[in-house]
Amino acid sequence: MKLSNKTKVLEQGEMTLAERMYLPAIVGGMATTLKHFFSKPVTIRYPEQQRYLGPIYRGHHILKKDEQGAERCTACGLCAVACPAEAISMVAEERKKGEEKLYREEKYAKVYEINMLRCIFCGLCEEACPKEAIFLRHDKMVPVFSTRDEVIYGKDKLVENMDQRYLRDGWK
Amino acid sequence: MELLNDVFTAKAIFIGIVFAITLGIAAYSTYFERKIAAFMQDRIGPDRAGPFGIFQPLADAVKMFMKEDFIPANSNKWLFIAGPCLSMLTALMTSAVVPFGDTVTVAGVTFDLQGIDVNIGILWVFGIVSLGVYGILVGGWASNNKYSLLGAIRAASQNISYELAMGMSIIAILMLSGSLSTKAIVETQQAGHWNILQQPIGFVIFLICAFAECNRTPFDLPECETELIGGYHTEYSSMKLGFYLFAEYINMFISGAVMATLFFGGYDYPGYSFIAAQFGSNVAAFLGMGALIGKALLFVFVFMWVRWTLPRFRYDQLMGLGWTGLIPLSMFNVVITGFGILIDQPILAGLGGIVILFVGLVVNDALSRKKKIA
Repeated sequence: MKLSNKTKVLEQGEMTLAERMYLPAIVGGMATTLKHFFSKPVTIRYPEQQRYLGPIYRGHHILKKDEQGAERCTACGLCAVACPAEAISMVAEERKKGEEKLYREEKYAKVYEINMLRCIFCGLCEEACPKEAIFLRHDKMVPVFSTRDEVIYGKDKLVENMDQRYLRDGWK
Repeated sequence: MELLNDVFTAKAIFIGIVFAITLGIAAYSTYFERKIAAFMQDRIGPDRAGPFGIFQPLADAVKMFMKEDFIPANSNKWLFIAGPCLSMLTALMTSAVVPFGDTVTVAGVTFDLQGIDVNIGILWVFGIVSLGVYGILVGGWASNNKYSLLGAIRAASQNISYELAMGMSIIAILMLSGSLSTKAIVETQQAGHWNILQQPIGFVIFLICAFAECNRTPFDLPECETELIGGYHTEYSSMKLGFYLFAEYINMFISGAVMATLFFGGYDYPGYSFIAAQFGSNVAAFLGMGALIGKALLFVFVFMWVRWTLPRFRYDQLMGLGWTGLIPLSMFNVVITGFGILIDQPILAGLGGIVILFVGLVVNDALSRKKKIA
């Protein structure tokens, strides 16, 4: 008894004359390649042309600011704990009087560094963050680096620029 | 009578132009090979060097020249150098007898658009093509490498086997034209009486043999990577390797030109006499040269098209096809052509030949099938 009736028994009998002459098969194959010759390439000229990778692609990290331009990060360290590659490190600092415009919470990250050689772009930091401060952007990749001192990204490269705010598809 | 008369100068300039065209087309064949391969595989292909990558042959040449020109320690040094030179030489010599166009008159000098119009033109082609295998054999032997030698032996036996069928298919052409001169063969095909109409079987045989003679897929066994590393050019590097590869592309173009000459009316094109009457015979002849080169390039495309469609033969299949398939078929073609000349209906005989062949195959198949069941 068979588990399913999907099994197809192929019987390879003796080849017919047309098959033994090969010429019909050759002509058929050449027709196939000619069809592909005129079809659109599936590859693209990569650095010049780029594909849309989807709304949840995990690219360059960004430390979001709120609507007033204050940093959301409170340096709780959950992202660093969640990070399986131990790429994130930070130094916390208490917010002083008059810095309320700069930092939303009473504690903030004075130093926030991600080692891009360690980072595996898993997105667990984004999931761990209780303040919705860190995200992996879908529209930008971490550029290729050529020396080791370019590898560690500090706050200068991570904090959101208020002139070009990051908006993911589906956010308002 | 001085040697340096006007015709000599005109011919020298013409040969120089043909030489330049051949080399240019061969260089750009490498680019178009990669482009066509890419298009057939739904890719874009080389596009980095210049717009659409058209400077890719230059980049390849620079790369080839920059590589270390290595000669193995225990090789026969002079033969090792002679191998690629012979390949290149024979590849370039074949174009001497191809009639690129009819007679033209430029600056008061009347000459043929052809290197030399020898009365044994097609034999010249055969002689030079047979010599071509020496380039591969000498190179493979001089490398002192068993893979190279095996590749070279394969190339030699393959070329010898397929030359027979090729020669037999030419004999049918010679029966129709009555002359060995390539010019005369083209002249009998003027005004649309192309030999392909009378020799469909002969053309298929010649085409298959041309693939084998150029060592192109599906007959590219001399450079089979999986079995022989690089085949006869395993030990070659730098521009010596470049010469071998270049010679292959020149051979492709020249065999395309020879096929156009023998089967597709050479420099003939529809409306030749109309253009000759309207704009003069010079314009018509130069357009004819363009027509011949166009036909040759079409064949180069077919060569590439086949390469990126078919897998290669096994070696015994290759020999079986050559000896038991093509040679009897070409003999049959000679008989059919002779019959066609006898009844003065060569086109009818060509078609009849295909019908008889097909019926014969079907009947033979039916008979041999019955035997196996019983």
